Amino acid sequence: MTSPKLEIKRVSKAFDEKVVLEDVDLAVGLHDVVCLIGSSGSGKSTLLKCINLLVPIDGGSIVLDGEIITDPSVNPNQVRQRMGIVFQAFNLFPHMKVIDNITLGPRKVHGTGHADAEETARRLLDQFGLLDKADEYPDRLSGGQQQRVAIVRALAYEPELMLLDEVTSALDPELIAEVLNVIRDLKTSGMTMLIATHEMGFAKDVADQVCFLDAGVILEKAPPAQLFKNPQQPRTRQFLQRIVEAGRL
Amino acid sequence: MWPRLPRRSREEGSRAALIAAGSTIIVFGLILWVILTSEAWPAVQRQFFSWFHFKESFPAVAEGFWLDIRMFLVAEVLILAFALVLAVIRSLRGPAFFPLRAIVVTYIDLIRGVPILLLILLLGFGVPALQLQGVPTSRLFWGVAALVISYSAYTAEVYRAGIESVHESQRMSARSIGLTQVQALRFVIVPQAIRNVIPALLNGFVSLQKDVALVFVLGVREGLREADIYNAKTFNYTSYVVAAVLFLLISVPVARFTDWYTERDRRRRQAMST
Repeated sequence: MTSPKLEIKRVSKAFDEKVVLEDVDLAVGLHDVVCLIGSSGSGKSTLLKCINLLVPIDGGSIVLDGEIITDPSVNPNQVRQRMGIVFQAFNLFPHMKVIDNITLGPRKVHGTGHADAEETARRLLDQFGLLDKADEYPDRLSGGQQQRVAIVRALAYEPELMLLDEVTSALDPELIAEVLNVIRDLKTSGMTMLIATHEMGFAKDVADQVCFLDAGVILEKAPPAQLFKNPQQPRTRQFLQRIVEAGRL
Repeated sequence: MWPRLPRRSREEGSRAALIAAGSTIIVFGLILWVILTSEAWPAVQRQFFSWFHFKESFPAVAEGFWLDIRMFLVAEVLILAFALVLAVIRSLRGPAFFPLRAIVVTYIDLIRGVPILLLILLLGFGVPALQLQGVPTSRLFWGVAALVISYSAYTAEVYRAGIESVHESQRMSARSIGLTQVQALRFVIVPQAIRNVIPALLNGFVSLQKDVALVFVLGVREGLREADIYNAKTFNYTSYVVAAVLFLLISVPVARFTDWYTERDRRRRQAMST
């Protein structure tokens, strides 16, 4: 068996006294899609931010392609360019046009020329049906379009891994599908992804593995067919039961 | 949706305007009548509103006021730049920047805790008295420097409020695409922060535009000093009124502009959030 793309080893994190992650172990293979489910506050978002080194961990280690990226000697800015992350909302820079949102990273971080960066950005926008929005400001876009642009922006520097943090949670129901479809396209293209989501139907559909997080602990990890049909832990059963009652699965 | 309120008819509108005009004329007429018929008015007019002294003192006061305007413009540019540097340093995170942050916080606390007049006297008289080699001895220079030093501390706090008003996700997004902390501030956070605090910065303009007159204590011949000199010669206070009118000619329009801009900004934000 080849070593996984991303390995999280006994990672823990506490904010002041509150434990948010406790001895979390997780491996994501190349081209795998892993969904993190669990109630709000279970640690899904924090885990993604830890992987992106936006939140420093208290214990354990995170390994990307065999390299310990949580080592203090590693430059976090270089690690961040190897993975894209998209948040729930407020991803785009409101004072910049869509095209400038996308080219800012490549131009300032990689020193890519203006023309080259724009060409790449327009090609990606075209690919995701957003080319006509290139010269708009973000507030002229729907929430769904904004999130799709945020994904395009993350793709602009060809990340090896995508981290998606409840990217549809702040959207109107009718706008969710267009964003989920983009993520499905990414899966088809072979992108390795770690996705925190409340969209159980989507997780069931797109994930290779689903992890149930509860109070900072991964209680259960299984392929979606197994986890949704036959959960082993009482807490997982209770959670899924409530999701079903709410009509979300 | 909500039933639309019936639009006010033209007739009702013109009646409202008529009532407003009528009550304004009556109120201000009464005030004027009380003032002009009071026993003290002839003396007040002679001392404060003499047309003769107005004409006599105007050229010198106006020339001094031109220096006030120039001091204001130079100081404001320096304040806006220096305060931004202070605010950015104060916003840097991480233990490595602790000494820099500590210096800036101490600076802001000390300067804001000292009366601005004290600072002007201390620098304006104190530094030239040292007679240091290569250090300017102009009181005007040190007066303006004191204003810049003092106002920068306040303005840095305005900028900082703006920086903190930008949503945390913006910083995270900026860092997540690989920007360094300073790049994130420069390209993402600060441009939004400045836009958020423009009304507060404009209020600072109004305040500084008046406070430049404080350097008169150093003997700098700006507008207020010239008015003071005229008063000392004639024992008439109209020259002060001349100076007041000149200051108002600048500060009232800036204050109106600030209100107009703040209101427009508020409406734009409301439109954006719907």
